Amino acid sequence: MINPVTRIEGHAKISIYLDDRGEVSDARFHVTEFRGFEKFCEGRPFWEMPGLTARICGICPISHLLASAKTGDRLLAVQIPPAAEKLRRLMNLGQIIQSHALSFFHLSSPDLLLGWESNPIQRNVFGVMAAEPELARGGIQLRQFGQEVIKQLGGCKIHPAWAVPGGVRGSLSLAGREQIRQHLPKAKKTILETLTLFKQLLEDFQEEAHIFGNFSSLFMGLVSTDGTWEHYDGCLRMVDSGGNVIADRLDSSDYRDFIGEAVQPDSYLKSPYYKPLGYPDQTQHCRLENGLYRVGPLARLNVCDRIGTPLAETELQRFRQYGMSNSSFFYHYARLIEILTCIERIEIALDDPDLQSERLRASADVNQLEAVGVGEAPRGTLFHHYKIDETGLLTYVNLIIATGQNNLAMNRTVAQIARHYIHGSEIPEPMLNRVEAGIRAFDPCLSCSTHAAGKMPLQIQLLDADGQLLDECYR
Amino acid sequence: MSVKTLTIDNQLISAREGETVLETARNANIGIPTLCHLEGLSTVGACRLCLVEVEGVSKLLPACVTVVQEGMMIQTHTERLQHYRRMIVELLLAEGNHVCAVCVSNGNCELQDLAVEMGIDHVDLTYQFPDRKVDISHARFGIDHNRCVLCTRCIRVCDEVEGAHTWDMAGRGHTAHVISDLNQPWGEASSCTSCGKCVNACPTGALFHRGSTVGEMQHEREQLSFIMTARQQQQWVR
Repeated sequence: MINPVTRIEGHAKISIYLDDRGEVSDARFHVTEFRGFEKFCEGRPFWEMPGLTARICGICPISHLLASAKTGDRLLAVQIPPAAEKLRRLMNLGQIIQSHALSFFHLSSPDLLLGWESNPIQRNVFGVMAAEPELARGGIQLRQFGQEVIKQLGGCKIHPAWAVPGGVRGSLSLAGREQIRQHLPKAKKTILETLTLFKQLLEDFQEEAHIFGNFSSLFMGLVSTDGTWEHYDGCLRMVDSGGNVIADRLDSSDYRDFIGEAVQPDSYLKSPYYKPLGYPDQTQHCRLENGLYRVGPLARLNVCDRIGTPLAETELQRFRQYGMSNSSFFYHYARLIEILTCIERIEIALDDPDLQSERLRASADVNQLEAVGVGEAPRGTLFHHYKIDETGLLTYVNLIIATGQNNLAMNRTVAQIARHYIHGSEIPEPMLNRVEAGIRAFDPCLSCSTHAAGKMPLQIQLLDADGQLLDECYR
Repeated sequence: MSVKTLTIDNQLISAREGETVLETARNANIGIPTLCHLEGLSTVGACRLCLVEVEGVSKLLPACVTVVQEGMMIQTHTERLQHYRRMIVELLLAEGNHVCAVCVSNGNCELQDLAVEMGIDHVDLTYQFPDRKVDISHARFGIDHNRCVLCTRCIRVCDEVEGAHTWDMAGRGHTAHVISDLNQPWGEASSCTSCGKCVNACPTGALFHRGSTVGEMQHEREQLSFIMTARQQQQWVR
């Protein structure tokens, strides 16, 4: 059992089960925190929901803010002003950049740059600062850039109550536009250099690339109507591990027809699966005949036909040439490519005079009693589903979070890594950090996905076929 | 009109006969915190935040209903008063469900201002987390009982200024709450003229404009002052 799991956003532990021969039979990733946002939001006016649900998370509040505002748009049954949509898109791009930069530079780069066996005391962002000061500084500034976009639009970096049902509360000032623009060259330079470095590192991480969650599964994400990479609107697409589209133009409002939410007794994190192919039971390894799917950067790059901006498109082609699109280790690569396309998209978006428009909010009252709002959070597809009474008070809330949708894949990843490194009754040291890193590749946000609070922990327990504890590690 | 001379916080002050200690202090730029008091409405002395010490009187007296008298020696900011005021605000915070971060009145709330003024960064008392309702059945406004501090400003402004008397109080103790008409949903209260004076008078986010999002509520006190000045002094000036 690994408890607590560190350098992830949340609280978790891992149990590894051995068979009679002492080989790993299964591994379980448990999320041990619970908050219950869905329940205590009941009875509140739906207009408050963007501000309320943004408080689920301090890292990706914008994702909740936008998904909730979109759900609110649908309850009002309005089409928001074009400027409001463009501004919301701009903020989401900033959000993806800052969250991906946090995941790669602050949380994962210590493993990649300092090595799996390096001293855990140095294996953190401060260690990276000492070893690679330029890269660390660039990464921190990249995150700052993403947050600056959010601040210029919403007035603050975290939890701006800016997107509302019907539109947004403010436009982008000309001064704010220039503030964002002046950071663009440096941000682009940093991400291009990091991409070059990552591709060099890939040579050294062949083993990890092959065992860190490298298995067949479905992938789900939003794509635009012409199949381009999408982050705010569009339709859902599901592809298999060979890149074949198995479901396209899925309407998010019908998510219950194609997504089931399984509950496991040992984790507060639900396990969504693709309903038509069924829930993957414990004995099945991932094959196409079950509904295990992944979301997030890797999935978004796997589902789209093209990414839609020139530099990122070139990178996407290189990414696909590796033929490793089933490896969760490639989440890191996908994250960097997404940062690049977000920067390119911001560069283009800033020239649009609509961003200074004053027509930002459609006014209406309750016109629908049920709605679903979907967007792409940094970690994957995010669903908000509300039902309200005639006056606008919530009677039902369901939130399906990206990390939850990766739960089954994270379990499989932990099992795959454990099988590779554990042979016997002890937990070898190199395995410990690799299991964490395997989970970290998904950049799980457990506070979001269980809507849970807590600090960051790791505990691993190794249990024999009779359930007896053989070894245990804490950090 | 005779003049009364008194001392507030060691400052010699002249006041008109019949003035309250609160009016006199405010005229002399001495701030005394209040919550239930609103200029132009009758005073009820309910919140007890304006309690002051008067020499020779063993009890603390509410400044909003205490009339000035010749030779009064008043202290408005002693350690004891500040302790009590802080406790009153803490009690209000613990008694309701006040979550500033997601409140429509965040940044525009008298309770929040008082808490900031008194340096309340935490509450030592046990939060009660009462199960209270939200009523947004009215076409223009909403009431969230979670944020109500029972100051009765809405009841008084509706009765004394608008003359509708839509609002009243029901229940006792911790079950006390504001009701519209005969405890009907606000949207069904036939006496309500939808004037919005109660919303403008509310010190917190308990009464709000329907559709308000976090921090969006504005209490248009100037509009209320305009109406009250017009009624009481026959002056239609802004």
